[in-house]
Formats: sequence, C-alpha cells, structure tokens
Amino acid sequence: MSHFKELFDTYNWEETLQSIFKKTTEDVQSALAKEKIDLEDFKALISPAGKPFIEQMAQKSQLLTKKRFGNTIQMYVPMYLSNECQNICTYCGFSMTNKIPRRTLTDSEILKEVAFLKDKGYDHILLVTGEANKTVGVNYIKNAIQLIRSQFSNITIEVQPLDKEEYESLIESGLYAVLVYQETYHREEYKKHHPKGKKSNFDYRLDTPDRLGKAGIHKIGVGALFGLEDWRADSFFTALHLQYLKKTYWQTKYSISFPRLRPHSGGLEPKVEMKDADLVQLICAFRLLDEDVELSMSTRESEIFRNNIVNLGITSISAESKTNPGGYAVEPESLEQFEISDERGTEEIVSMLKSRGLEVVWKDWEHFEKV
Amino acid sequence: MIDILKIANKEFSSRLFTGTGKFSSSMVMKEALLASKSELVTVALKRVDINNNDDDILTHLNHSHINLLPNTSGVRNAKEAVFAAELSREALETNWVKLEIHPDPRYLLPDAIETLKAAEELVKLGFVVMPYIHADPVLCKRLEDVGVQCVMPLGAPIGSNKGLKTVDFLEIIIEQSNVPVIVDAGIGAPSHAAFAMELGADAVLVNTAIAVSKDPVKMAKAFEKAVIAGRMAFEAKLASIKNTAEASSPLTSFLN
Repeated sequence: MSHFKELFDTYNWEETLQSIFKKTTEDVQSALAKEKIDLEDFKALISPAGKPFIEQMAQKSQLLTKKRFGNTIQMYVPMYLSNECQNICTYCGFSMTNKIPRRTLTDSEILKEVAFLKDKGYDHILLVTGEANKTVGVNYIKNAIQLIRSQFSNITIEVQPLDKEEYESLIESGLYAVLVYQETYHREEYKKHHPKGKKSNFDYRLDTPDRLGKAGIHKIGVGALFGLEDWRADSFFTALHLQYLKKTYWQTKYSISFPRLRPHSGGLEPKVEMKDADLVQLICAFRLLDEDVELSMSTRESEIFRNNIVNLGITSISAESKTNPGGYAVEPESLEQFEISDERGTEEIVSMLKSRGLEVVWKDWEHFEKV
Repeated sequence: MIDILKIANKEFSSRLFTGTGKFSSSMVMKEALLASKSELVTVALKRVDINNNDDDILTHLNHSHINLLPNTSGVRNAKEAVFAAELSREALETNWVKLEIHPDPRYLLPDAIETLKAAEELVKLGFVVMPYIHADPVLCKRLEDVGVQCVMPLGAPIGSNKGLKTVDFLEIIIEQSNVPVIVDAGIGAPSHAAFAMELGADAVLVNTAIAVSKDPVKMAKAFEKAVIAGRMAFEAKLASIKNTAEASSPLTSFLN
C-alpha cells in the first residue's frame, strides 16, 4: 500500500527552500516556454525570480483555465456545524484554550441554516466542524449529511481527519469531497502550532488524503495555511502531494485552496508574510502545473482581490460566508472562527461574476447512487 | 442540400450536434446554439436541476427544433450510468442518452469496459444509447452488437481542441459501422469538423470550441457551414489523393 509519507520523507525542507531561491530568470523563461511543466519548473515560477513574469503567468493561467473550465465559476458556501474543539491550534479562533461560547448545531438548527442557504440558491455546501470526537464524531457528521442530502447535490466536509472505514461510511451517505489541509509541511513548525490534541499527530494528518483515496472519495482538497512557514516551500510540498495523489488515486478529482492567516480572537500574526502579488503568482503557477485542478477562493480575501482573481485561474468561490455555527439564521451574532474579509452578499458576488463574463454555476453534481 | 441523417426514430437535417457547457451565460449559449442550427444538444444531467421547472439551462433550450440529449457525465461505472439514465428519462421525458463513463476526471477518457456493460443494459431498458468511446473499431462493433443506435468515438481528449488525432482509427470505424458514426470530442476548429465529415462521419459533436471562443455566435455559424461543406464534399465524392505523380508526357509511350 502506498503512502505519501514515503516520498515526503526523502525531501528536506531547507534544501527544498534553497533550491527554490536559487532559481534564475532563465529557469523561469524556460518554464514559461513549455507546454507542460514539472515540479522544477513550478519551483522557478513561484521563486523570487518568477516575480517579474507574473503578468505572463496570469495570461497563460487565464487561457488554460478557460480551455478546461470554460467561462464558468462554481459557487459554494460553508456551513459551520460546531465550534467545539479539543485541539490547540495557535492560529485558530476555535482553539480549545480560547474562552468562547461553544455550540454544536442540532438537527432543527441545521435545517434552519439550510433553509437560509437554499433560499440564496446554493447547491454545493461545505460542512465544517472543529475536532471534538465525543460530540461531533463521525456519527454526528453522518447524520448531518443524511439530513441535508436531499437538498444539496454536492456535499463536502472539512472536519477532523478520519479513518478509511469512516470515510467509506460517509461516502455511502452521500459525501462527495473532503478538504484536509496540512497547514504546514514543516514538521517541527507544525508541532509548535499544534501542541495538543489529536491534530498534533503530523503523520496521521499527512496520510489523510491517502486514506481518502483508498476509500474512493470523489474529490480531495489539499493546501497549506500560509503564514505559518515559508509559503514557497509549503506550496512546493502541496504540489508534490498533489502530483503523488493524482498518480496514485487516478479516479479522484483534486482542489487546492489558498488560505492566508487572518486576524481572529486567538491573535497569531503570520511568521512569513504572503503579499497579494505572491498569492497571484502562486495561483497562476498552480494552474500552469495542472490544467485540471480546481482552485478555490474563500471570503478570507478582500473584495478587490477576489474581483480580479476570478478571471486568473480560480474555478470555485464562496460568498456571504459565516464562520460561526448558526451564523446564518440560528444565531447570527455568535463568535466567528476568523474574520472574513469580503462581506458582500451572494447577489452582489453573482452580479460581480456576471459582469466579469462568468456564468455562475450553482449545480454541477448529482447523487448517482441510490440510497 | 445534404442527406437527412436518421438516428433511431429521429431525422436530423443538421449534422452538427452541440453541447451546453462552458458558455459565459445561458443567453450566450442559447444564441450560439440557435446560430449553429443544431438539432441535438447534449446537456449534463449533473448540471440541471431536474426538480426545478425554471432551471436556467433547460428553459434556454426550450425550442421546437432542439432535441435534448442528456448525458451521464460524472458517473464512474455502469451501475451509476444506468441510474443516471433512468433519472434523466423520468425527469426530462426522453429515452435518449449520451452514455459517458469517464472515471478519470482529468482527461475524461471513457471506460470501455463499463461503457459496453452499461450500453447493453440500457438498450434492454429501452434507451436510445449514444456511447462516447475511444476510437476503437472493435469496441464500436461490440457496441453495435448490443444494440446502440450510433457510436461516438473521440477525435482527441475532450476540450483539447487538437482535432482528429485518431484519424486512422476513425476511418476504420466509419468503413465498418452499420450505425451512424458521430465524432465527439477534440474538434477545435471548423476545419477539423469539415475533415471529419469529408471522411464520412455522419455527424460531429462540438462544444468547447464554440463556447470558449471570443464570439460564440460567429463560431457556431462557422461550424454550421464547415459541417455542411464537409458533408457535401463527401456526398459529391472527393477526388482520391494520389501518392504518385502522373507525368503528362508518359515515359513509356515509345512502347506503343
């Protein structure tokens, strides 16, 4: 049985980082001249030497995205089910040590939130929880999926890593995709930011996409939380992970997200800053590396940034997100996991997308299996 | 102007089939499809809301000369494909189905084994089955044997715009087939479509090249004309290509 860890362990963080910083203008030009690029080319494109070529990268990225995804963008919305959490994550508002009111939605509360989101037009939903296995374990998640399955064509979760058998059971209930970010691929730094709870197990988290692939999930979302460590090295390892997964689990789709550290009630400042231009460079580099991967953009980013990035490679976008359980309809005033940046309503986002020549796609999946 | 194409119980005066994906809006899609004069338009079941009478895609396709061809894009095996076809028959009131089983989400290449399995079952269930497949002449015959109404071999991977990369195999399929052959996927330019028609394909299916062009309506018209031109040339019998020169002053006339 194959595991990414075996490949990952042959790499060294410092050497990888240095090799990225050593890339030259010639390396970037050669990467841009190719029809298909490899991981060394990807390093060049995200390197400081790639910075002056950002416009060329954006042009190419737009063209490739259009060819594969057309003039469309997929809409999705997150729904936070619970902020209970037994982990300590230094950057997260739900971290166990934060003294905030905890809430886990009941069935009727979930349905109240669902009614609000259906009214806005959403058909692809992302369910989010903290990690509290006693109250928000796999049975809770399974129940939530079954509860809303008839109302959403496409259900994704972003919850604690689970075992293969647990994923299999959720898939059977109608689960389409799982997002699981490594946060950082820097082992020691990971330990610092996740000192307590099940999440402190770096290797178990790293192996999660493998378990998902083996369970036969339709889509896996990967990524790193930018700000914990050097974004270039973390992005390289994300790309390495993606390429490994594509080859190993060839029936699975993949998506990448680009979360940057946002202010929240825990208050960690980014160790390594990622500027807007860096993020654009990275998004375009990922598109050049992989024509088919879905690139997702949340409301963490600002209005101006989101208005412009939707034409440069992004294929799915959320709007009007609330990062607190019950935040839409049950208890709109409760505390959020992090502050979102783009607070525009769904209608406003839709008209922005249309004005930029994009067809808004609400539904792009169907439950093809009988329950 | 050109022969009528018959598939199952339907007659088509246009040999250009189209798709509904990747357009910048439903309005643009509608205008382009009308301009193409296409009479058979495929739509992914996963993209339409079958419980909603006001579904944006479906309402824009509501025209007397447009026949809907639901496709099973998104399914990964025969079992899911059959389920999807039944769902679409019930919801869209058509027993026509474009059978697409591509478990590989990147190049969307069809799974020959599952496709044959599903085709056999769907034919038994009374569907008009139009299978999207590799340009595999043997598979085409096998599908014909189980009763599909046409075959839809690919010219190149979906959306690649690369043209007829599989031309040698398409020629064999066209030569051998007793059901209409529709070249599907990879057609990126009107010249590709004309070429397929000149080879004797019965129709072509074009989507990305129209949807993603800067002027989809104009491009749709260009494809409409290319398909007619190619078909007319086929019906008029193209002059055969000669590989050797024929000297105007024969070298061996002294023998006469």
